[in-house]
Amino acid sequence: MNNSNLPPTSSGIFNSPKNRAIIFQVLSLVVVVLCIFYFINNMFDNVAKRGITTGFSFLGETAGFGISQSLIPYDDTTSTFLDVFIVGLLNTILVGVIGIVLASIIGLMVGIGRLSSNYLVAKLSLVYIETFRNIPILLQILFWYNVVLAALPSPRQSISYFDSIFINNRGLIMPDPIFESGSSFILVAFVLACISVVFLSKWATKRHDLTGEEFPLFKVSLAIIIVAPLLVFFITGQPISAEYPALKGFNFKGGLTIIPELLALIFALSIYTATYIAEAVRAGIEAVPPGQKEAAKSLGLKEHVILRKVVLPQALRVIIPPVINQYLNLVKNSSLATAIGYPEIVTLFSGTTLNQVGQAIEIILMTMAVYLVFSIVISLLLNWVNAKMEIKGR
Amino acid sequence: MAVYTMKEAKPAPSTSKGVVFWMRENLFSDIHNSLLTLLGIYFIYATIPPLLDWMIFDATWSGTKEEVVKEGARWIFIIEKFDQFMYGFYPESLHWRPNLVAILSLVFVFLVPRLSSIKVKFVIMILYPFVCFFLIRGGLGLEIVGTEKWGGLMLTILVAAVGIIASFPIGILLALGRQSDNMPVVKTLCVGFIEFIRGVPLITILFMASVVLPLFFSDGLEFDKLLRALIGITLFQAAYIAEVIRGGLQAIPKGQYEASESLGLTYWQGMILIILPQALKISIPNLVGSFISLFKDTTLVLIIGLFDILAMVTLTNSDTSWLGFEIEGYVFVTIIYWVFCFSMSQYSRVIERRYNTDH
Repeated sequence: MNNSNLPPTSSGIFNSPKNRAIIFQVLSLVVVVLCIFYFINNMFDNVAKRGITTGFSFLGETAGFGISQSLIPYDDTTSTFLDVFIVGLLNTILVGVIGIVLASIIGLMVGIGRLSSNYLVAKLSLVYIETFRNIPILLQILFWYNVVLAALPSPRQSISYFDSIFINNRGLIMPDPIFESGSSFILVAFVLACISVVFLSKWATKRHDLTGEEFPLFKVSLAIIIVAPLLVFFITGQPISAEYPALKGFNFKGGLTIIPELLALIFALSIYTATYIAEAVRAGIEAVPPGQKEAAKSLGLKEHVILRKVVLPQALRVIIPPVINQYLNLVKNSSLATAIGYPEIVTLFSGTTLNQVGQAIEIILMTMAVYLVFSIVISLLLNWVNAKMEIKGR
Repeated sequence: MAVYTMKEAKPAPSTSKGVVFWMRENLFSDIHNSLLTLLGIYFIYATIPPLLDWMIFDATWSGTKEEVVKEGARWIFIIEKFDQFMYGFYPESLHWRPNLVAILSLVFVFLVPRLSSIKVKFVIMILYPFVCFFLIRGGLGLEIVGTEKWGGLMLTILVAAVGIIASFPIGILLALGRQSDNMPVVKTLCVGFIEFIRGVPLITILFMASVVLPLFFSDGLEFDKLLRALIGITLFQAAYIAEVIRGGLQAIPKGQYEASESLGLTYWQGMILIILPQALKISIPNLVGSFISLFKDTTLVLIIGLFDILAMVTLTNSDTSWLGFEIEGYVFVTIIYWVFCFSMSQYSRVIERRYNTDH
């Protein structure tokens, strides 16, 4: 083969893939930096023209507006915007935690129900999943808030249970626990019980590895965690009592009120997210090869031992990553609370504070940073779980 | 001599076939299951008949508001406000224009895959969005309808469609950037963008687009409210599409990349002719899933003050002669969203089966 009639191959700088890559990267970096420079330059111009101050000094100013629900002491005459930020952050975390617990419970039940040998239960679970995952979450939140909860009776006609829990259009009102002196001992007892359970489980695993003897770990741990604080509760003379709500005039006085915004948000978020968790649970259980179950059966293991020792450990490896992602989605979706005015970070900060202060860039960046921190924490958690659950080859 | 004849097979015992057998196996296999079944039956009994009564049998379908005597849904409200739910404040005499766009879109979807000439396909695909935009907005002789008048289902579909179409090329570029290991700077930029967008809720991006974006450009550049929302949604969706396509790219065997290189194809030739067609094909089910999410997420534009179909519920109820019809409004909008999302998810299952080439 004679190659002499081909054009001579050039070996210039631009033909080396390495050089090309460098040139392309430098170019793209320059473009991105120029764009950012242009935007920031304009931004400062515009901000100066509109007479908006910059920086984070506004965080020290008094906010001067009321907030309907706060986990920390908040006073609309003295509290600052930084307090508002913290109140919003805590309320977001509150919704996240309650929503995650409820969504996990519903999701687990529906996911297992989907695989039930009972035809009716399986089909009802399927209908539940297909109905609620195909309706936008914002629509569900608005529906709960504007239709279901708005239709509840006024405080005077409250629906009541045991004369201590009341449901009306102002929310759910229940007895408020009062912690008197000595109640900290109960907390200490609870923490100690938890620590001892950790050690107990380590000891039980070790003993099982060495001798093969089973230890009823779950029952014993549950007993320790319940009994120890309860015992301290009675020894210290019952330092926790409850303040019961009572109807005074047009509204309830005393008691712990869960505002309807929180109820609507939690109902909608947990019902919606549960559909995704249910699908993850189903997929995880189906991913365990049937041979595993048959092998365990042929070893003579009991049905609940098979589930606990053979199926679940393998299924969890598939279930946990998507479920943790759904937890993150739930926290991000809680930002939709701004549509019904529940005081979480977006409502309080990107809404009310932005309207009062007008420093859009700082405020929205701070809000975004909150969610970015949540995502980073959750993805670190996910990586840790994945590393821990990885199949260990020998 | 004995004569042997074939005997008729005995029917299976009644305990192992028929409805009773099926029910015993699937509904009442033990006490636990029987209780669950009874609970399920009670649940159905307690929810379905009242729901059907409310929605159909006791519903009011015609007449005026004053004549309503039945307990059920008052669908007359939806019938009265139907145009607003569909088109928002779009002038009534011009409703033929969005309708024409809808028909064109159907023709487009059915016609384009059946065209044989790639060039004609390409030209139609480029022309189609411009024709649609021109028809809806007006201009060149047609009466101009400002974006503040767009609303209802029309706006919902428009936002979703623009989000899907515009985010697709950006998503592909981001995915390719994230996969380019020989260019760490480009890769870092892409990873940073994707993870940032995926780490924050859409609503903060929409706030960013509606409040901060105008500050980024020199004064005098007036941004349309709808355009700002579209930019936010497109950037958001692009990050998610990028991740879906990255999944597809990673599933392509390394031999395909090496084969395209050994044929002497350049990077872009190899990508466009060999890698992307395969990667996109296996990403289709996940892409449809991401489109469904986007369709549901379009409801968020109501928070920054656009009037999509969900916002119409509140808006139509602020009409003083039609107060207190929220339930009907929400149920109607729910049904529309459900039908759209459910049919899309069923369609993705069909596609998944069609493209499933491993047996």
